[in-house]
Amino acid sequence: MTTETAIAKQVAELAHYEAGFVTDIESDIAPKGLNEDIIRFISAKKNEPEWMLDFRLKAFEHWKKMPEPQWAKIHHPPIDYQDAHYYAAPKPKLGSMDEVDPKLLETFEKLGVPMRERAALAGVAVDVVFDSVSVATTFKENLAEVGIIFCSISEAVKNHPELVKKYMGSVVPYHDNKHACLNSAVFTDGSFVYIPEGVRCPMELSTYFRINEMKTGQFERTLIIADKGAYVSYLEGCTAPMRDENQMHAAVVELIAHDDAEIKYSTVQNWYPGDEEGKGGIYNFVTKRGLCAGHRSKISWTQVETGSAITWKYPSCVLKGDDSQGEFYSVAITNNFQQADTGTKMIHMGARTKSRIIAKTISAGKSDSTYRGLVKILAGAEGARNYTQCDSLLIGDQCGAHTVPYIESKNPTAKLEHEATTSKISDDQLFYCQQRGLSEEEAVALIVNGFCREVMQNLPMEFAVEAQKLVSISLEGSVG
Amino acid sequence: MLVIKNLTAEVDGKQILNGVDLTINDGEVHAIMGPNGAGKSTLSYVLAGRDGYEVTGGTATLDGVDILDMDPNERAAAGLFLAFQYPVEIPGVQMTNFLKTALNSQRKQRGESELEALDFLKLLKTKQKELGIADEMLKRPVNVGFSGGEKKRNEVLQIAMLQPKMAILDETDSGLDIDALKIVADGVNRMRGAGRSFLVITHYQRLLDYIVPDVVHVLAKGKIVKSGTAELAKELEKTGYADVA
Repeated sequence: MTTETAIAKQVAELAHYEAGFVTDIESDIAPKGLNEDIIRFISAKKNEPEWMLDFRLKAFEHWKKMPEPQWAKIHHPPIDYQDAHYYAAPKPKLGSMDEVDPKLLETFEKLGVPMRERAALAGVAVDVVFDSVSVATTFKENLAEVGIIFCSISEAVKNHPELVKKYMGSVVPYHDNKHACLNSAVFTDGSFVYIPEGVRCPMELSTYFRINEMKTGQFERTLIIADKGAYVSYLEGCTAPMRDENQMHAAVVELIAHDDAEIKYSTVQNWYPGDEEGKGGIYNFVTKRGLCAGHRSKISWTQVETGSAITWKYPSCVLKGDDSQGEFYSVAITNNFQQADTGTKMIHMGARTKSRIIAKTISAGKSDSTYRGLVKILAGAEGARNYTQCDSLLIGDQCGAHTVPYIESKNPTAKLEHEATTSKISDDQLFYCQQRGLSEEEAVALIVNGFCREVMQNLPMEFAVEAQKLVSISLEGSVG
Repeated sequence: MLVIKNLTAEVDGKQILNGVDLTINDGEVHAIMGPNGAGKSTLSYVLAGRDGYEVTGGTATLDGVDILDMDPNERAAAGLFLAFQYPVEIPGVQMTNFLKTALNSQRKQRGESELEALDFLKLLKTKQKELGIADEMLKRPVNVGFSGGEKKRNEVLQIAMLQPKMAILDETDSGLDIDALKIVADGVNRMRGAGRSFLVITHYQRLLDYIVPDVVHVLAKGKIVKSGTAELAKELEKTGYADVA
């Protein structure tokens, strides 16, 4: 029996039992639908304590009453929340590399994804290919020596309940928005990081873990805490194209930086964007927020968004501590029929807080991309500063780019700057590059990478190289 | 090297080149002079394959190979280089990266192996030194914030790096003061010799005092109307184009 028919069989069986299924803790997949029983099932699967289940149930009760956010410039048919599975144990789908789609392998080649990671990314059973567990364990041991906790959120719920209780939902409350609310009710897994006082995390977290990370499913939940004077750089996602049958992804990421702490969070998102006709693709509805709780703390978001049919995402900073700083560096590329509505919120509460926003939007094909940002200066934010720069680049004449900046200032001493440009790749630029030997596609990739440079250079080195190649791949077929 | 026969071309439906004949042998430097609107820049764009410049008749071959059917990047890889009258800015793309990408794209198309970073930098250092170009200039984005002189020196550096067989200089003297002009001419003279020919397009004779051509042609109304030695350029400086054009 193949894995798929096995799953189908289990689903059929579970459906047959209806109400009774929750006791069947051995099954690997929950039946379709969303109700209280399903949430109890997920919680039971994870052996969660009562307080975690309560958190989920409270979120679910609220979710039922909550409307979907309507303000983004995106269009999709209504989502049938009852037509999805909310729990499925991650499983490798393929038995060997021979079964992998050759097109996917070709992309790995172009991206330069390390050989040992390819099988895992393609969904081949990992343990038969290489021993990732031992690699991960070694690094975790090294981190534990300096007191860093780095584990799955499920493990953290069990082993560090005091930290999870204290911080989960403290930055993104369960009732924040419909998508975050859903995540709070049904989150499957994700990462937990705690950096103790004065510790500088000696490595980029998750560089070595990206394979394990992909198994966290569609409702990912990440919680990162940097205690006083701590530093951590965290990488999320992966340049390799990721396919998933789950259409909707609703992740929540919360960051907390105490006095003098710094968190750098980098994302490369390349979920399946749908085909050239706009069929299929992931809806990526993500709530990411960082709290600069302490004085002189700093949170920096860097994102390269190339995938998903729809991206709805606003990594934000709440600048509560005096002299705290928030940064947002973004590249969003849409091609074919993709839609992206992404940007940030910088909420200035503390005195002399500073924020910087650099957003680069590239639209090609028939896609539509919006930068949406809010800079809010509260009354107490004496001497706050913000600099915002939004640049849009259009490729072809059938795409759209929009910039929607909101500014609210309640303190007259605040200084805010906003710059925005919209441009096209000029024929002169293309011809100049072609005359020097570049093909039209190479020329576009070079020009677009130049356009994104300010953002790309904030990415950790090895990530940046792959991200640059990803830019060219995402724009393939956009010219000529 | 470059053989053009009865070349006609139009832009926006308007015929600009009316049968150009030109043969440039290996190692020669030819100059094309002529009044405004004679078709000088059109000729260079047609040879380089720019979109919108449509060939309606005639042939152009480089070392016996027809270039008119090739894409612009293929012509570049085949050894044709065009130094632009107005070099284009490419924000965010560092000069070094641009040069490396260009060189390796050409090498790839010719079936040669790509240059490793270290070998590339070595080559760049050598050429840079010969042309007196500062490191600082190569760290900047392509042509962004370059002075007129820097832009043209950058074009010459690209000739030195890409080593084309046939380099066309389109009004390279425009916007240059005399010192910058000398530096650019010096760079070009350094690269003259077997294996490389130049076609220098200019409105004024001034540049030809520094890059002394083997042959001078006068282009008028889309045709070559007169050819001669370097002396012809000096005569034209005195008499103007009225008699020949």
